[in-house]
Amino acid sequence: MREREPVGPTIGTATTPSVGGGPPVAGEISGAAVRPGDRVFRSLSVAAGATVLLIMAAIAAFLIVRSVPALRANTADFFTFEQWLPDESPVQFGIAALLFHTLMTGLLAMIMAVPVSIGVALFITYYAPRRVSSTLGYFVDLLAAVPSIVYGLWGFAFLAPNLTGLTLWLDKWFGWIPLFDYQLQNRPNNLTDFTAGIILAIMILPIISSISREVFGQVPRDQVEAALALGATRWEMIRTSVLPFGRSGVVSASILGLGRALGETLAVTIVLSTVYGISWHITQSGGVTFAMNIALKYGEAGTVGTNALIASGLCLFIITLAVNFSAQLIIRRRKGA
Amino acid sequence: MAVSAEPRTGVPTPGPSLRGRTLPTYALPGFAVAAVLLTLLLWATTGFAGRAGFVVFALLLFVALQTLVSFGVEGRRQAVNRLFTTLVTVAFLIALTPLVLIVWYTVKEGAGAISDHFLTHSMFRVDPSEPGGGIYHAIVGTLIQTALATVIAAPLGVLAAIYLVEYGAGRRFARAVSFFVDVMTGVPSIVAGLFIYAFWILALGFQKSGFAGSLALLILMLPVIIRSTEEMLKIVPNDLREASYALGVPKWRTILRVVLPTAIGGIVTGIMLGVARIMGETAPLLLLVGINQRIEFNPFAGTAEQVPQESLPTFIFEQFQLAAGNTDSEPFQRAWGAALVLIVIIGLLSAVARLIARFARVRG
Repeated sequence: MREREPVGPTIGTATTPSVGGGPPVAGEISGAAVRPGDRVFRSLSVAAGATVLLIMAAIAAFLIVRSVPALRANTADFFTFEQWLPDESPVQFGIAALLFHTLMTGLLAMIMAVPVSIGVALFITYYAPRRVSSTLGYFVDLLAAVPSIVYGLWGFAFLAPNLTGLTLWLDKWFGWIPLFDYQLQNRPNNLTDFTAGIILAIMILPIISSISREVFGQVPRDQVEAALALGATRWEMIRTSVLPFGRSGVVSASILGLGRALGETLAVTIVLSTVYGISWHITQSGGVTFAMNIALKYGEAGTVGTNALIASGLCLFIITLAVNFSAQLIIRRRKGA
Repeated sequence: MAVSAEPRTGVPTPGPSLRGRTLPTYALPGFAVAAVLLTLLLWATTGFAGRAGFVVFALLLFVALQTLVSFGVEGRRQAVNRLFTTLVTVAFLIALTPLVLIVWYTVKEGAGAISDHFLTHSMFRVDPSEPGGGIYHAIVGTLIQTALATVIAAPLGVLAAIYLVEYGAGRRFARAVSFFVDVMTGVPSIVAGLFIYAFWILALGFQKSGFAGSLALLILMLPVIIRSTEEMLKIVPNDLREASYALGVPKWRTILRVVLPTAIGGIVTGIMLGVARIMGETAPLLLLVGINQRIEFNPFAGTAEQVPQESLPTFIFEQFQLAAGNTDSEPFQRAWGAALVLIVIIGLLSAVARLIARFARVRG
């Protein structure tokens, strides 16, 4: 794994001179001595690559440095306190409510988006006529081009008012499940976890379906045709060869989608009415997420308040980092296998 | 799989045959019509009501009818196959529904707000609750901030991709970079905004400005550009590189004169898709740029006298907050108008990007 391994695309051609300018190993075709142009260009590109690592490290460093004073000043328990009062005289803030609603909306989005995305990916790769399938894929991808704030506006002005019937119906028939129990007397305004979950589901659908589509498209042709030749129906072929092959890809795609949903800001800010507190009734009473809390509070925040927001941002960063890390590890293990 | 036209009539085939009994081609449309009619009947005679309920009920009825009949006639395997064909198709339609609804609703609400005046004037000295005013200042801001982010991110991203493909392939450092590029793709936009806030404004002491917004956008854009450029460089045929080396051309010139020109179409496409991705970002701009009613061409403006630039996404959010939940008010209409303009700009960018991708494929 060191310097002189044959380098992927440039196998055996011009040698890659080692950075230190060490003498070329005997027997190797050394096309040219190390030229200054090469050295400059190489360093430039290495520096550009290093920038990525630098930025990621800097994000972590700056967020941590700012978080510490706020966490020191905090008199409430950071993980169990539900209110956000960092600029009051006893400094009190905690992420319990933020964490709860962030995970709740994210999970709701996953539950709705993953089955549909798998269906979409299967439809485009194995059901739609080949001629139109890429066009259909393009249409689904267009969903990713809609800005988050437009989702918010649409969710507020169109989706929420139209969900009243569903909320009441769920309450009537499934009210015995606390999740769907609507206990308030007034008409639901639907600025809830449930609505936010639907919006997020729509937003992450193109991400999950496009990755799944790619994976389903890579199923070895032999396996597909072997299944069909044995007399399998199309669904049996998918169940026996496509789904097992694509499982890890779909899992990592879903996790990536979850990561996107957890960090989504404006759509949720607009669609969820702000309530600090934990409530399992997803069709009532609003909530607050990490990202939304930052977007709403940054304007009025004082010094401690700003640092407290940065501390919550650090939590969000760590969560999404963990989520993306696991997704990437799954993808890479699959590639390696 | 295909529904065979007619089951052999007349002679009954004894024993297992290669072709089992199948439903005729008109069966599915038949079931659909039957399901809709039955639902209509139910809706007319009983207390059921509601359009959404109608669609869902009819669909369920269709699925049930089709599966049961197929089970009776064709057997379990075909019934399951048909069931899943329907489910997969329905999943696709479900995915398209919000796209259609969002585009339709945005056009419906936004088209009314858009006029010459709207596109060429700012909100300076306009009472937000009254009609009038426009988004010129926001369009200017968005274009400048996005352009700034692109000017920095594009060369940086392309260079990093060159490192990954041409120099680093297989090395541990390159694998680390590649891994973190993917992880970076998942950094939430608000976290990028907070980082720049902590770094640029709190630590370095600069003021909020359009440029600060660009810095955050650049973080969001960089991994997109690196990833797409990397894919493009990977499919440049090795023969080209080898031919160039054989002529004695140094590696760096080979990359600049042979590899990059070959892949340029795809690289440009990737950059434009990156631009489309960041143009609608709101969260970081909210933290870093602030709100301005006037036209401001200077992205570095950020003092009490010279308020930072506006941008389209922050304009939409500002108007939304001014509307205070009233969807018929003037600010809400302006928000829809701006949203439509933003979608059109992003849509044009991605369409052009796809066109470039189609006409400038890497040729071996």
